[in-house]
Amino acid sequence: MPAHRAFHYVRDSKTRMLSVLRTVIHRDLLLALRRRADVATVLLFFVIVVSLFPFGIGPEPNLLRAIAPGVIWVAALLSCMLALARLFAADFADGTLEQMLVSPTPLGLIVAGKVAAHWLTSGLPLVLIAPVLAIQFDLNQSLLGVLALSLLIGTPVLSLIGAIGAALTLGLRGGGVLLALLVLPLYVPVLIIGAGALDAAAAGQSAQPHFLLLAALLVLAAAFTPWAIAASLRISSE
Amino acid sequence: MSQPTLVIGNINWFRYASPQAFYPLAGAMIPWFAWAAALLCVAGLYVGFFVAPTDHQQGESYRIIFIHVAAAWMSMFIYLVMAFWAGVGLVFNTRLSGMMATALAPTGALFTFIALWTGALWGKPTWGAWWVWDARLTSELILLFLYFGFMALQAAIDEPRRADRAGAVLALVGVVNIPIIYYSVKWWNTLHQGASVNLTSAPTMAATMLAGMLLMALAAWMYSIAASLHRVRSIILERERSADWLVKYRHTAEP
Repeated sequence: MPAHRAFHYVRDSKTRMLSVLRTVIHRDLLLALRRRADVATVLLFFVIVVSLFPFGIGPEPNLLRAIAPGVIWVAALLSCMLALARLFAADFADGTLEQMLVSPTPLGLIVAGKVAAHWLTSGLPLVLIAPVLAIQFDLNQSLLGVLALSLLIGTPVLSLIGAIGAALTLGLRGGGVLLALLVLPLYVPVLIIGAGALDAAAAGQSAQPHFLLLAALLVLAAAFTPWAIAASLRISSE
Repeated sequence: MSQPTLVIGNINWFRYASPQAFYPLAGAMIPWFAWAAALLCVAGLYVGFFVAPTDHQQGESYRIIFIHVAAAWMSMFIYLVMAFWAGVGLVFNTRLSGMMATALAPTGALFTFIALWTGALWGKPTWGAWWVWDARLTSELILLFLYFGFMALQAAIDEPRRADRAGAVLALVGVVNIPIIYYSVKWWNTLHQGASVNLTSAPTMAATMLAGMLLMALAAWMYSIAASLHRVRSIILERERSADWLVKYRHTAEP
């Protein structure tokens, strides 16, 4: 192939890939918009779980203030995990997933688009509602931004890692509970660093190291998990 | 296409990558490793409980290390070996590698559990608590969860080849995560409670203590090999039960 043709080929395949990515995200967002109840259910679950803790622990404000970061982060973890079950399930059931597997576009790219759309509909709402819940726990107002930012960087990592579990458990009996067993241990670092950002900020230290570590996890996960997700999808749909 | 070969000492070792060739070999090796495990275990326990001196700080309770340390080493090492075989199975598509990974998982989980349990027994008289959220304890606990996840995933998949490959992806993801988990837990621990308990600055060890510990570690190695070979034979029997070679083999070798 002559040099200028090769250049056009590379450029064309790049724009084609980007348009596939855009199409996948657009399609999944549209589907989520048509089934708004699914998005709302996860959000409600998050709100309810967080609200349960004061009933179990008692309404003592100092105690609630101390546990708020951990409670909100753990609830976010569980909500993200619950939302994972529907990440590939519908596409698997109606055969769309098989079309994606045989498509000439790299599967990792399609998967990245699907995870991005999934995060927009399950992770981002948690980020937006979390500060409101934190106010219920009387969390210091200066920490609300830290909470939102830590969730903003952390929840995409949860979606990316969780997608591996979702792909591996696709179509298995007892998939939901199994998914929890596979994914929750892998969530531990994100939980530690995410909740640690708030503890550091509450103790008057800078939360920046935590944000940088979370961002590092996000970069690593974004670079490597699409391959693992794609491999898992191929295994699950053989 | 020619078969790949790895010839060392006039034996083509790749031949043993097939369940058919490996099954009798494993059967011949099991007694050796099992006896070695038993003898080393008796020797190690004798040295540990009768020869090694009493620790001047911890008294007799330190003697749990003869079981605890060996189990903790094995628990981590077996996960690496398991991930290695799982990866080999995924890359080269060899059936036996996946079976080996499956066979190793319960032994690894067993040692992880023993390490946690004996650690709790040691922690109560020494630290005054059954459980401390120390970095090592916590990451060992997460390791146990990773083993359980691997076993649960494989148990949920009926088709053996899919189970092998799905388990392989999970084991490899776990192996990448273990250092991240360990350092995040360690860091979290120092952030939260400070270094109230320090495991690393152990007093220098008497030679007999070290000898007992090494004997027990070797015993744990031998036991792991014997147990996983035995388990892999069972897996071969289960998966290849209708294969011709197995039917013939059972008629000739095991009347």
